[in-house]
Amino acid sequence: MKPRTAPVLEVRNLRVVRGGAVILDVPEFSLAAGEVVAVIGPNGAGKTTMLSAILGLQKSFMDGVVVRGGLKFPGTPPHLYRRGFSMVFQDSLLFNTTLYDNVASGLRIRGLSRREIGRIVSEQLERFGIAALSGRKAQSLSGGEAQRASLARAFATAPEILLLDEPFASLDTPAREAILDDLEKVLSGSRTAVILVTHDRVETLRLADSIMVLDKGKILQRGPTIDVLRRPGSEFVASFAGTETVVAGKVVRSGGGVVVVSASGVEIEAAGEAHRGQRVALCIRPENIVIATGSRARTSARNAFTGRIVRLLPMPHYYKAVIDCGFPLVAYITQHSMEEMGLREGGRVHASFKATSVHLIKKEH
Amino acid sequence: MDLIVNGIKEAFRLIITLDAEVMRVTLLSLQISGSATLISLVIGVSAGTAVALSEFPGKRLVVSVINTGMGLPPVVVGLFVTIFIWRNGPFGFLGILYTPAAMVLAQSIIATPIVTGISFAAMQHLPDKLRLQILALGATRAQMVWMLMREARLPLLAAVMAGFGGVISEIGASMMVGGNIKGHTRVLTTATVMETSRGNFDIAIALAIILLMLTFAVNYILTSIQQKDGR
Repeated sequence: MKPRTAPVLEVRNLRVVRGGAVILDVPEFSLAAGEVVAVIGPNGAGKTTMLSAILGLQKSFMDGVVVRGGLKFPGTPPHLYRRGFSMVFQDSLLFNTTLYDNVASGLRIRGLSRREIGRIVSEQLERFGIAALSGRKAQSLSGGEAQRASLARAFATAPEILLLDEPFASLDTPAREAILDDLEKVLSGSRTAVILVTHDRVETLRLADSIMVLDKGKILQRGPTIDVLRRPGSEFVASFAGTETVVAGKVVRSGGGVVVVSASGVEIEAAGEAHRGQRVALCIRPENIVIATGSRARTSARNAFTGRIVRLLPMPHYYKAVIDCGFPLVAYITQHSMEEMGLREGGRVHASFKATSVHLIKKEH
Repeated sequence: MDLIVNGIKEAFRLIITLDAEVMRVTLLSLQISGSATLISLVIGVSAGTAVALSEFPGKRLVVSVINTGMGLPPVVVGLFVTIFIWRNGPFGFLGILYTPAAMVLAQSIIATPIVTGISFAAMQHLPDKLRLQILALGATRAQMVWMLMREARLPLLAAVMAGFGGVISEIGASMMVGGNIKGHTRVLTTATVMETSRGNFDIAIALAIILLMLTFAVNYILTSIQQKDGR
């Protein structure tokens, strides 16, 4: 997490209403220089609307105020207000001209001298590893090159705030990884604040200092990345934060910092406090599950279950095992472990996890 | 067959010898149709862009009217322009009937909906988010419109070709408002009709070939620009 400084962006009572429906309702949020916030949420949650409202592109439909670098919107000529921003979309949206001219476009809009433009464009092309393609037509670039060009164009104007709307979603994995590497480097030494709309947890983990979870136009939770991922505030947030196992239950005993919850006919222990009878949801992250085969070994983990593997799904870097322990428990296993233990669908395994790795969400009703 | 062969021979003779009358008619055709195309470009590209970039009630109706205008019959345009600029008409005081100015006016009215329609389609065809991208780069509204027009320059060139093609080859309006006066309002199309009606097929074929070559030359130049830029 980068050190906090004065906010470069402040949003106050931002509401977007279209056709009588509230699309976005954000009472308050701010962004510090150099801070990277990932906005996650389902399709239609209002993520892109929030970016366009912040950029002043929803003027006819919005209430509230956005302050960027001391300039209020509404209240400042839109183009002057927007000149502290840059935006990169999922499609690179390059102009039908050379790569050089594309990167230069924002600078030409600002009326910079030819010499100054040349210096900045060369710098950005180098920075994103596309200097050799400078004279190429944008339409002849590959997806990865085009998105690098789009990022170079965005950074050329030295924005205070960079808005990224799923910028890597249409790229193949190698291109995405390479751009993420470069962007991570660029951002690490930058004071540019970033709002990143993404569906991808890898992007979130690599780039974001904090996460904002949006649904139906409202912020459900905002906090440091690790906090939101480990301690989601609701089952909905948990599902978007990568918590594969969410079990609903009722507290049957509580004391000594441990809560025993009855769920789906089994008892699960979780670290925390809750009164007896309290309805809760238990969130168990898949990377916290330990799988064992053979005779049940003794373990310090407070939760140990024997179950049957009902699904084994290959993922990019590991396998996802769904184990029926009375409730469906999801665990991640490396291919090496899977082969060594001879895991297969239908096979019996022992699954264990610590009480401290269970996150407790207290339900209202 | 001899008629055609003689016509072609005569055409080349007239062109090679730079026949004064043919050159005058050709130049006047270029001037009138060129001016009309230019006027229609200014009005048509602006109107097409404005309609494409704005949302307003009745937009569909406006677009339908523009599309209908793309097929405006030149004789109908000729008729109404004649009525309006007739001695006793509402604009009779301008005294432009049977002048090149009247022909430019009529041809502009024919070409403008063509250019507007194609410009509208060209701007409409650009990705929606491109507009947002340009605004996000900090552009003013005028800069945004200019940049979008630059993006749509290839189809806009098609609008120029269609507009010019539409007016250089029309006859009805030019004949009605220009009167085919020798040395004053006689253009390639009206001269071709007159020579045909007189039975001077060789000269008529010569004029027709010149008209075809002229149209081809203009379109070739514009197509070359379009293709070079599109690569």
